[in-house]
Amino acid sequence: MLEIKNLHVSIEEKKIIKGLNLSINKGEVHALMGPNGSGKSTLSYVLSGKDKYEIDDGTIEYNEKNLLELDVDERANEGLFLAFQYPMEIPGVQTSFFLKTAINSKRKYLGHSEMDALEFAKLMKSKAEELNINNEMLKRDLNVNYSGGEKKKQEILQMSMLSPKMAILDETDSGLDIDALRIVSEGVNKLRSKENSFLVITHYQRLLNYIKPDFVHIIADGRIVKSGDYSLALELEEKGYEEISKSA
Amino acid sequence: MAATEQTIKQVNTLGDTDYKYGFSTELDEIRPPKGLNEDIIKFISAQKDEPEWMLDWRLNAFKVFNKLPKPEWAKLNIPEIDYQDCYYYSIPKSLKDKPKSLDEIDPEIIKTYEKLGIPLKEQKMLSGIAVDAVFDSVSVATTYKKQLSDLGIVFCSISEAVKTHPDLVKKYLGSVIPVSDHSFAALNSAVFTDGSFIYIPEGVRCPVELSTYFRINAMNTGQFERTLIIADKDSYVSYLEGCTAPMRDENQLHAANVELVALDNAEIKYSTVQNWYPGDKEGKGGIYNFVTKRGACRGKNSKISWTQVETGSAITWKYPSCILQGDNSKGEFYSVAITNNMQQADTGTKMIHIGKNTSSKIISKGISAGKANNTYRGLVNILSKAKNARNFTQCDSLLIGNKCGAHTVPYIESSNSDSMVEHEATTSKINEDQLFYCQQRGLNSEDAVGLIVNGFCKEVLQHLPMEFAVEAQKLVAISLEGSVG
Repeated sequence: MLEIKNLHVSIEEKKIIKGLNLSINKGEVHALMGPNGSGKSTLSYVLSGKDKYEIDDGTIEYNEKNLLELDVDERANEGLFLAFQYPMEIPGVQTSFFLKTAINSKRKYLGHSEMDALEFAKLMKSKAEELNINNEMLKRDLNVNYSGGEKKKQEILQMSMLSPKMAILDETDSGLDIDALRIVSEGVNKLRSKENSFLVITHYQRLLNYIKPDFVHIIADGRIVKSGDYSLALELEEKGYEEISKSA
Repeated sequence: MAATEQTIKQVNTLGDTDYKYGFSTELDEIRPPKGLNEDIIKFISAQKDEPEWMLDWRLNAFKVFNKLPKPEWAKLNIPEIDYQDCYYYSIPKSLKDKPKSLDEIDPEIIKTYEKLGIPLKEQKMLSGIAVDAVFDSVSVATTYKKQLSDLGIVFCSISEAVKTHPDLVKKYLGSVIPVSDHSFAALNSAVFTDGSFIYIPEGVRCPVELSTYFRINAMNTGQFERTLIIADKDSYVSYLEGCTAPMRDENQLHAANVELVALDNAEIKYSTVQNWYPGDKEGKGGIYNFVTKRGACRGKNSKISWTQVETGSAITWKYPSCILQGDNSKGEFYSVAITNNMQQADTGTKMIHIGKNTSSKIISKGISAGKANNTYRGLVNILSKAKNARNFTQCDSLLIGNKCGAHTVPYIESSNSDSMVEHEATTSKINEDQLFYCQQRGLNSEDAVGLIVNGFCKEVLQHLPMEFAVEAQKLVAISLEGSVG
């Protein structure tokens, strides 16, 4: 699904990612953990195609395509989804309208006709209910005056409606209380299947109690310093980043 | 709705030019020679078979025009206009002998309107909008006339009203915009060719949206439209005008005068979607849109609301205004002005508070892209008798790219200590993180800009009649195509 080889990335001459390798197969959930400034969010932006990042070396293959050659919207329509750490507010654009526009953009890209209004309304209603998102919120402007938790739920709603092949969750747990964390995690778990892959980026092991990863990677200073299974997250919680990085 | 969707579909298939309405129709035309003089005015008046008082009115206006100084432009860069190098009257030959029914109209003209999505045939008029269509200088057909006249509503071309309702025309024409107001007002008064006339009788609420569609077809032709709307006591009317023009290398002049009169407790809602040809990317060609629009809230508790979406024209210069004469009267101005490439817009409003407890609200959204310049210029004038007057103004500007400009020039004059005036203004650049966010959800960059800008304009667009809001949203997106790299 996703194959990152020897990735080097810099921003304004500053090297952030320094030779990162990561391979994610269909149906796998990978967790990427690391301290602040280790390059976690940079990786999510590079994968989704945000500009201003300079790819100095390396390759990224996604679904047998050269990911780095695709535009941001092409990547999205090819099934790559980023749940933002800080979702953007778009004043004047109703949340439901935004969802519909996103779905139809993807359908258009894939050569399908637009989803009819009724079908869309049904889909939105059922997905929103699963996430405990009420109708009133869908009528508000996208992310405007949303609480932190509401914004994150909104990201997961978008994800579940777009049903991506490869979803990257960038610190989705930050700013969530325990109830919201559970609901969001359940939303993610519902999407898990043999076809979909996830890259879950987080500081804390807490989230991984809810979303059990198949693999855990620890990133430090732009490189993956240690990989393992779920038990690595528990070890990390116990010892802290510094000690784990040292022992690596 | 159906008509709007049809418009969008049709204009999307109109070939590979950027301006989607840039087709012209081949028609034999009747045109007197170029130039502006008394003979032309007499010719126009004779063509329209006008009574003598109307001709005298025109000739007087021409005298005034010759005496008035040419306007000095504040922010606009306008080459000198050669009034002698312009045709002042043009009608397709087949319209000369007035069509008695729609079947007699030249099929070519019908086709033009169909391309624009204006269904003239009555049987297609399912969308509940009565349309008066002005093609160059004459009004082609007014649909729904019978149904409206049963309510006592007069909706016809101004040329027709001169003959059928001379008393109303004499009483109100030039009563809001005096002939001597400024040079373009006088020019229009001298050579106006056609436009709409509406009279809503006392106590009547007009049940349909009334609409006019203007189209400049002939080359080198100025269009001098004249619209007069009178809402008698306790009446209501909502009116919409839409405008397009074919692509021409030369600049074409459009100098319209629009007068509104609202009597006691009457309300007029006037919406404009202006999409004249803006010229090409280098600024060649395009319409000069110099329009004077003014509404008088003469009666107590009357209300006039202007909503405009200005996306076209090489130069737009207009300030739809309200004279709040009646006590408790209200004026509103909602505006979206978009300039791209080399377009220039200097637009805004004037709210003149005369009566007691009068209030006005101004919401202006200016969007600039390419090398365009966009100016909001607005006057709020509160006279000494206007006790307890209120105004709220909000001007937001959005910049796309770094070669465009946005300017906000508010003038506030208050001669009254009871009044309250609020002004808020913001200027922002389109936010790249917002664009990235939308693109990450699968929207291409143009759709993303369209979405964000439409959100920015929402407060204004929601004041448009439903049927046109969708078209306006698409126009907003179309007019910004190519603005992000």
